[in-house]
Amino acid sequence: MEHTMIAWMEDKPGVLNRVSSLFRRRNFNIESLTVGHTEKAGISRMTFVVNGDERELTQVQTQLFKLINVTAVQDVTYQPTVVRELVLIKVRATGANRAEILQLAEIYRASIVDVSLDCLVIQITGPEDRVDSLIKLLENFGILEMVRTGRVAMVRGNGYHPEPTHNGIA
Amino acid sequence: MRQRKSGAQIVWESMLHEGVDVVFGLPGGATLPIYDALAKYHYPIRHVLVTHEQGAAHMADGYARASGRVGVCLATSGPGATNLVTGLATAFMDSSPVVAITGQVSTALLGRDGFQEADMQGVSLPVTKHNYLITKIQDLPDALKEAFYIARTGRPGPVVVDIAKDVQQAEMELEYPTSVNLPGYDPALSAADPKAIARAARLINDAERPVIIAGQGVLIAKATAELRQLVEKANIPVATSLLGIGTLPATHPLSMGMGGMHGEAYTNYAIQECDILVAIGSRLDDRLTGAFSSFAPKARIIHIDLDPAEVGKTMTIDTPVIGDALLTLRELIPLVEPKKHPDWLAQIAEWRGDTDRRDVLAREADELVPPFIMRELWYQTDEGNCIVVTDVGQHQMWEAQYFPHIHPRSLITSGGLGTMGFALPAAIGAQMSRPDEEVWVVAGDGGFQMTMPELSTVVAEELPIKIAIINNGYLGMVRQWQDIFYEQRYAGTPLFNPDFVKIADAYCIPAVTVSHKEDVDGAIQQARAHKGPFLINFKVDPFTNVYPMVAPGRSNADMIRRPLPDMPNAEEA
Repeated sequence: MEHTMIAWMEDKPGVLNRVSSLFRRRNFNIESLTVGHTEKAGISRMTFVVNGDERELTQVQTQLFKLINVTAVQDVTYQPTVVRELVLIKVRATGANRAEILQLAEIYRASIVDVSLDCLVIQITGPEDRVDSLIKLLENFGILEMVRTGRVAMVRGNGYHPEPTHNGIA
Repeated sequence: MRQRKSGAQIVWESMLHEGVDVVFGLPGGATLPIYDALAKYHYPIRHVLVTHEQGAAHMADGYARASGRVGVCLATSGPGATNLVTGLATAFMDSSPVVAITGQVSTALLGRDGFQEADMQGVSLPVTKHNYLITKIQDLPDALKEAFYIARTGRPGPVVVDIAKDVQQAEMELEYPTSVNLPGYDPALSAADPKAIARAARLINDAERPVIIAGQGVLIAKATAELRQLVEKANIPVATSLLGIGTLPATHPLSMGMGGMHGEAYTNYAIQECDILVAIGSRLDDRLTGAFSSFAPKARIIHIDLDPAEVGKTMTIDTPVIGDALLTLRELIPLVEPKKHPDWLAQIAEWRGDTDRRDVLAREADELVPPFIMRELWYQTDEGNCIVVTDVGQHQMWEAQYFPHIHPRSLITSGGLGTMGFALPAAIGAQMSRPDEEVWVVAGDGGFQMTMPELSTVVAEELPIKIAIINNGYLGMVRQWQDIFYEQRYAGTPLFNPDFVKIADAYCIPAVTVSHKEDVDGAIQQARAHKGPFLINFKVDPFTNVYPMVAPGRSNADMIRRPLPDMPNAEEA
């Protein structure tokens, strides 16, 4: 099944390459992957979504933790989490349907970040199901271009385990 | 104490600090500064010039396997560095501590496809435990310190330090680091979770038909004495992986030798019929287990390993016990009850009796077969009092079957990667790390030729290595598979061999050819009596196959057996 995992790693050149090389070599099925800085200087945080059975999911964590630059790995799938994705959608918007699109954006609490004569760029942030449902509606007007950041996740409350544990599974 | 040093000097300084006494290498444009600095360090550190960088990597690996210390190799950029890759992959698969220093083009050329530029960091990434590309001299001392630390601690493995040429030429005030800063790497050894150990002990105490599989992890953890204690306390028969040979003396009454694809039949029957299987420091790889789904089908499996990624990698494990083998066994042994297991051991003895009746050496045959050579070599070396370095193929399996290893680290062989050409250079490394030991290369005629030019290294370093070529005129193991699975279509396997005695003669190495059984002992004695290196070209029957054999993807219970004395051919059992 689909699992959301977070990995903390040293922010050094080539670290992303090590991680992606590992995913490729071990044949892990990665759905999305997002990396960025954290509250700690020199530490990056990767949120990734991986598909697999129990054996594969354990392998993802233990193999990833073996990388020298990876400091911790956490599977947050069964924890209460805030999950968000940011998406930019360029949708065809001619005079006739522009008002309808603006209305949809408002319902979804999405914002219009660029306007031109024949199209709009809509920015939506939220859990994937909400994003997916807006995309489905906008498809009726013609989506010209779209970019999704992939999932980022954070455990609610005090569920944050950035310290390495004995076997790498936080 | 701070001293102004060049990057090249810092490379050698790091070796002094890390206790390196031998470096295997071959110079080139991008390592010229390092070689130029060698003159000042030549006395404490011996540089061994190789003929091909692959040899340097295998030598460093053989040095590490024979001694447990880090082996070091040195190569130039581009082809020099990429020539190391086979050796690095070999060391990585078999958890051998190696540090490879490679030169890299100057930072001004880096990424611009300069002459002899290869992305060594990228190339070596999947076959090393870790690697470094150094483009600033300030990063060099820490990287070297970390490389040695990472290579030898935890689960050992190879580490590459790729150093741009201008970094070698730059200078800095050196204070060699005394500690490492690796927030993502904590190799501190500990025993497994006490609850897991207690659960393992309960299972072992309740077992009626227990079996232990001992892997190389037992050797690396220096836990052979503890293994023996556990085995003798609870009377548990032991099978080993290929690399686990030597963990328990093969002559021990509870030793069943190697299991798996070419394990003895009684050993595999014991594995398949056991009710508790305790794997210690073994990857449980496919050559040992046969089809994962049918491995030890009646057993609950306890897997003791330092590396959590190995537990559950190939199959589901009932009781994972993650910890250092030595410390974990020390906690486990007091919880294990003394047991006799008379019925189980009697059953194994019965299977063993059948195996013994099929012993190749029990057949009266005139032709020279390799198992005979292995057993004679064992007798002639005061019952295996030597280091044997095997190559890969049929001879490797016969050696594992017919040379009963008694001491830890007395067999050096490429298990995981199965690298032909490994034996001769690895033996050079082994001999240099243990100069007082008798070292034998046992290699096939195919594999030996892959790294044969390293004979010049043997001669140049005056190493008294004895070489036994098991010459059957074929890439024998491949021919065996063609024999069994491809209707004897021997495509690409017959070899056109040189006269190995003349080859040896060209290196001033004395050599003899042996084609008859009665000449085997004499030749081995002649080789041992000679002070320097000696080569024996054993011309053996070309069509002898290694049995038992488990076909790939089949269950370990499904063996092609050796024939009984009154049967002409191998049989499907």
